[in-house]
Amino acid sequence: MTSITLASTGVVLLLGVAALSLAGRQRAFLSALIYGASFVISLFMLLLAARALLGGAAAQTLVLPMGLSGIGMHLRLDALSAFFLVVVSLGGAISSLYAVGYGAHEPRPRRVLPFFPAFIAAMSLVVLADDAYTFLVSWELMSLTSWALVISSREKETPRAGLVYFVMASFSAIMLLFAFGILAGAVGGYAFDTIRAGHHAAGWTGAIVLALVLLGAGSKAGLFPLHVWLPLAHPAAPSHVSALMSGVMTKVAIYGAIRILFDLAGGAIAWWWAAPVLVIAGVTALMGVLYALMQHDLKRLLAYHTVENIGIIFIGLGLALAFRANGMAAAAAVAMTAALLHVFNHSLFKSLLFLGAGAVLHATGERDIDHLGGLIHRMPVTTIFFLAGSAAISALPPLNGFVSEWLTFQSILVSPHLEQASLKFLIPVVGVMLALAAALAAACFVKAFGVTFLGRARSGAASQARETDRYSLAAMGVLAIACLLIGIMPDVATHALQPAARQLTGGMLPMPGHGPAPLSLVPFANGRSDYNGMIIFIFLLLSGGMTAWAVHRFGSHALARGDAWDCGTPGVGARAQYTAASFSQPIRRVFGAYVFAARETVDMPLPGETRAARFSAHLTDPAWRGIFSPLGWLVEKATRRINILQRLTIRRFLMLVFIWVVLLLIVVAAWH
Amino acid sequence: MGANAFGISHFLAAIVLVCSFALLYQDRMLALINVFAAQAFALALAVGWQAHIQQAPHLYVTSAIALIMKAGIIPYTLRRIVHKMNILRTIEHVVSVNLTLLAGVFLTILSIMVVFPAARMETGLGREDLAFALAIILLGMLMMITRRNAVSQVIGFMALENGLILAATGARGMPLVVEVSVAFSVLIAFFVFGVFIFRIRERFDSIDVDELSAHRGDAE
Amino acid sequence: MALITDLIMQGVQMLLVLAMAPALTGLVRKAKARLLSRRGPSIFQPYRDLAKLMRKDVLLAHNASWLFRVAPYVIFAAIWIAAALTPTFATGLIFNWTADLVAIVALLAMARFAQALAAMDTGTPFGGLGASREMMISALAEPAMLMIVFTTALLAGTTQLSQIAAYLASQPLILRASLGLTLIALALVALAENARIPVDNPATHLELTMVHEAMVLEYSGRHLALIEAASAVKLVFYFSLIACLFFPFGIAAEQQGLPAQVLGMGWWVLKLALFALLLALGETVISKMRLFRVPEMLGGALVLGLISMVLLFVSGNM
Repeated sequence: MTSITLASTGVVLLLGVAALSLAGRQRAFLSALIYGASFVISLFMLLLAARALLGGAAAQTLVLPMGLSGIGMHLRLDALSAFFLVVVSLGGAISSLYAVGYGAHEPRPRRVLPFFPAFIAAMSLVVLADDAYTFLVSWELMSLTSWALVISSREKETPRAGLVYFVMASFSAIMLLFAFGILAGAVGGYAFDTIRAGHHAAGWTGAIVLALVLLGAGSKAGLFPLHVWLPLAHPAAPSHVSALMSGVMTKVAIYGAIRILFDLAGGAIAWWWAAPVLVIAGVTALMGVLYALMQHDLKRLLAYHTVENIGIIFIGLGLALAFRANGMAAAAAVAMTAALLHVFNHSLFKSLLFLGAGAVLHATGERDIDHLGGLIHRMPVTTIFFLAGSAAISALPPLNGFVSEWLTFQSILVSPHLEQASLKFLIPVVGVMLALAAALAAACFVKAFGVTFLGRARSGAASQARETDRYSLAAMGVLAIACLLIGIMPDVATHALQPAARQLTGGMLPMPGHGPAPLSLVPFANGRSDYNGMIIFIFLLLSGGMTAWAVHRFGSHALARGDAWDCGTPGVGARAQYTAASFSQPIRRVFGAYVFAARETVDMPLPGETRAARFSAHLTDPAWRGIFSPLGWLVEKATRRINILQRLTIRRFLMLVFIWVVLLLIVVAAWH
Repeated sequence: MGANAFGISHFLAAIVLVCSFALLYQDRMLALINVFAAQAFALALAVGWQAHIQQAPHLYVTSAIALIMKAGIIPYTLRRIVHKMNILRTIEHVVSVNLTLLAGVFLTILSIMVVFPAARMETGLGREDLAFALAIILLGMLMMITRRNAVSQVIGFMALENGLILAATGARGMPLVVEVSVAFSVLIAFFVFGVFIFRIRERFDSIDVDELSAHRGDAE
Repeated sequence: MALITDLIMQGVQMLLVLAMAPALTGLVRKAKARLLSRRGPSIFQPYRDLAKLMRKDVLLAHNASWLFRVAPYVIFAAIWIAAALTPTFATGLIFNWTADLVAIVALLAMARFAQALAAMDTGTPFGGLGASREMMISALAEPAMLMIVFTTALLAGTTQLSQIAAYLASQPLILRASLGLTLIALALVALAENARIPVDNPATHLELTMVHEAMVLEYSGRHLALIEAASAVKLVFYFSLIACLFFPFGIAAEQQGLPAQVLGMGWWVLKLALFALLLALGETVISKMRLFRVPEMLGGALVLGLISMVLLFVSGNM
């Protein structure tokens, strides 16, 4: 059986597992069974997809007699689909493994269990789809199942999260529908092969398709200002589902954008396509991390941070568009490899961080990091894995986040060879935004990790936390080790991506083994830059080891415990530590005053009053204030006006119908 | 004209541009005047170098005027006025320094984008110097609109004029550069003194009112 | 045989930066004292201070965890590698191909990350104070540093530091506008990263004025020795970087032999001493800025870096 047939079987099996969970009675081991089955099936699909990607075989297609009549359901497994199927399956497998342990504590498993395998199945189908109908149906199925998972819990924030997510998901599907409609042209050939051969996307049509893709796929991925549903929906879902939504579903949206822009409309790429993509991506990256810095809810912080990383990925995609339009295939390959590698890296470390947040939530019942602290003593293993995820997302060597950032910088450095002057001025500015976003990300994770895990416990719940179960720890451990491995052996990872990069841009990175040492990552064949993660790792171990030996040989070994320095005022409790708001106050003051209209007010009691002082920081979200609130107000006003129609008398209704009929007849008469 | 000659003229023009940014950054009056004097000094050097490589002796006169008037007399006079009139020493910004600097960067990029495709110069001044000069003019204007203080607006105008002189020296064979420089300097002198004469009158009037109300006893 | 000598020279560079670091700090302190009409401690006093700290007991706060104890080693290792990979007296050493400038900047970021986390581990308000201020400063200093890296990489066509240094050393003496702007930006970033006046006072005892010192307030004994050594090596790194990028005369090229390398060492020590004296002069003359003026200064550095990069993007001969 070919890989694609096996992959489709996997999808069907997942849907079957979902149905199975509806059938059985509420048994204790049902959730473990369902999650275990999802784990096995996802692992199977991961192996299939990896073999398809690494094997380098030609694309495989499959046509099933379902779907639209006359077309059928087309499925295709080429290099791009194989890569994204790896991402989806790996995310699904790890989340399922985590949920085997975590799902035992779920209050209402029947609301989550049927939709979880269906969610993974839908995402796999989107990636495998080869015609517009299958794509859109799977996309909607993905949105519906994740929506069901978002509203599965009974928190205060859930109704609003569900509503906003529902509206945004419908919006994205409609935009993609229009995009496919334009691409299919007047004849209406919806199979991707027909669309590729059709070349309907030249000139202004291409601009409209680009705008629709950015609106549709971009809103699902989380581009500014359409990201507003992300920080509402991702935290509301259970932790393993948040990991899937943030780490995998956003990547499926990126797959949609890549498939349409580079593959279906690929012949018509114009150089000016890159400009709006780069601008929006740069703004998204900066805004995402600034939002994240202002949060004190751990999951919302992580969700906003996803927005930043989506911006970074789109910067890579924008650069690839610019290079491809100028015919610089090698540079386009580097930019595309950077973007795809960041897709993979982000799915790894964001899932790791969300799983860690879930572990903390389960152990303490708290999501607000101002009530946490000192967890390094109570949950030591989770701390180490969360630290690995934080270091990876802050782009620190020798972990994997640094590799994709390095590749993005390398592609920025070849940009002076572009012809168009406006691109040559835009790209340094985007480079500054990228550098700023990376530096602020490190600050954000020092805050998140430091306030949550380090210091002293700020509440009773934090001081009584216990480590999570084996399955959750195993899931997080696999991800952490993967982050380290990709950081140490970057050219193995980039070489695996080359089939996809070549399919999309026509260029390739030089084969491994070109560089001055084994495992060196060399982006350009005639360039002279290279990065060797293994050497850096070995150097760090060697110099750290030598230092430790020297210190223990020549220094004293004594160690005593004492009180921390309290500046002469003893008995200061754990409440005197820096909170999340205090930590981000300098950055809030520097950046937030303009971006968020941040105002801080302190309400000090007068001498003699015994009440507490009160500090409040007010932030307004510019996307809500500028776009969505006015939009909502407009919609409400319009609906109030139209509501008048409900209260007309029967005579007036008949008059309305009569007027419309007459108008239509006039139009028909005038037409002829 | 070796590459070195061009390199030095670009370098000197860049120093004048850096001084323009430093003018945007300052928030104390005396430091502002000092940076302006430094900019005038750098301008004198740049114009002198242009005189050397263009073999145009009349530019030496312009350089001397810039050095004496703008790096010497005008800053000295301004410092004395600031001390004697007890003018407020802090400069208030309309928007924060970072945003002003960012706007300055965009104006510089804009001037590069405008000048580079249009100019095909073969004189001693390359396209880059003309772009720098345009950027200095725009930054001078930016300084004038983002300050709430009369002295800093005057200095912004003079910085703008520095940019004009830098651009004018590059156009080989432009006559009357010397006369234009002298005229501008006289204009500035009248401008500065006019502003301060009005301020003096204002201030004495207000001091009068203050004294009166102070003598009125416990009013409110 | 050539391999052995190459390895030995690389090892010599590693040990040289480590050996010179305390002397450099001592020179800065001595020059500052002299400028203030004091006699000042000996130049070799930091060596004695480090030796004393190594012998002392470590006193840990009650809730300090393993991260607090491991962090000094991570910080020292990262900064030492960064300094050891920077060309000091020669550009063709055997491990020069590992010295990617972006990776070196990221190693410094790693050291800063570990330092900030160790500060938060103590659970005192001062740790949070130091960490939050340091992250604010680095949020602007690191992009400025990356702009500087981009400018020099655009000129040389590669991000590998020793090739950049070799390229800039081989250029005839032209004044480039973009390099001038980059030098000013790097000087400002170096002041911020090394916690020097006008950004931070390394000799202050008032906790509310501290940035870097507040992060290391709880450290004692051998851990504090490692952190102080790391700060000294960081200063050597920045000076070596400025020397090899902007004043590269005297650096031995790749194929030159031992005499050229020894001469290069002499030039390097001279440049370091000159920069130390300039730093001492600057610290004496300028006063420390208000904390929220620092982002404006670093914003200026970022702007200068951006302009020099735009100049290079647009016309390669600037």
